[in-house]
Amino acid sequence: MRSRFHLIAIAGLLLGNGAGDVRAETIRVTVEKMAFVPAQIQARVGDTIEWINKDILVHTATVKDGWEVLIPAKKTASLVVREVGQVDYYCRFHPNMKGRISVTKP
Amino acid sequence: MNMRPMTALATLCLLGLASLAQAADKPTDPQIAHIAYTAGVIDVENAKLAISKSGNKAVVSFAEDMVRDHEAVNTQALDLVKKLKVTPEDNDTSKALSKAAEDERAKLAKLDGASFDKAYVDNEVAYHKQVNGALETLLIPSASNPELKALLETGLKIFQGHQQHAEHVAASLK
Repeated sequence: MRSRFHLIAIAGLLLGNGAGDVRAETIRVTVEKMAFVPAQIQARVGDTIEWINKDILVHTATVKDGWEVLIPAKKTASLVVREVGQVDYYCRFHPNMKGRISVTKP
Repeated sequence: MNMRPMTALATLCLLGLASLAQAADKPTDPQIAHIAYTAGVIDVENAKLAISKSGNKAVVSFAEDMVRDHEAVNTQALDLVKKLKVTPEDNDTSKALSKAAEDERAKLAKLDGASFDKAYVDNEVAYHKQVNGALETLLIPSASNPELKALLETGLKIFQGHQQHAEHVAASLK
């Protein structure tokens, strides 16, 4: 796992995302049985949120009037958080699936 | 005006669950696979009717969700029966479900606009309730193959989500 974090950190540097990304982490959310687990996560600007979809269905992580990440069945999708604040997201295909990300400064 | 879903539910219960109880106390795996698959096909057909008839955004997007999910579950079901070398077996419950669904679709086909939307969504609530009840009390406990049982359990989770979603859409139509 450690080497993976290093790779992501190096990738961040290569992409020139700024010094803050050196410590960027990947926060994993499992999507299973029609739920985001854990439903609430904390992240810092520059961190990557990775959704691991174990369901046989396609899901989304959608912020109303904001971003959307499509998470295909049995696949993984990710997003780098860029803004401080709290966002509520849901699955556009299954609106009863809900999650929350609280983003603080790096 | 809540008569329609209640009537639909009562009819489905009479045709579906009663015949389940009569036909066999404990359906076999090939019968369970057939019932579950049939239930999915019915919902996809109802959804396709809704997509073609409804002009309501929430109703159409719910119907699209039903097509996407039920087709995904049924694809898994087909893969599983192939892997297990099980041939789904037609049975009285599947037949009763199909017959009730045909009657319901004939009723829906005659409706338009808001009355169609309401009837479709109310039926979706009642139908998912009925199928989830059958999964919980009969199909899952009766399944003997662990992989089939697991897929039915996954299906139940998904369809419970659909039921909530349908209830939410139904509330928005009032």
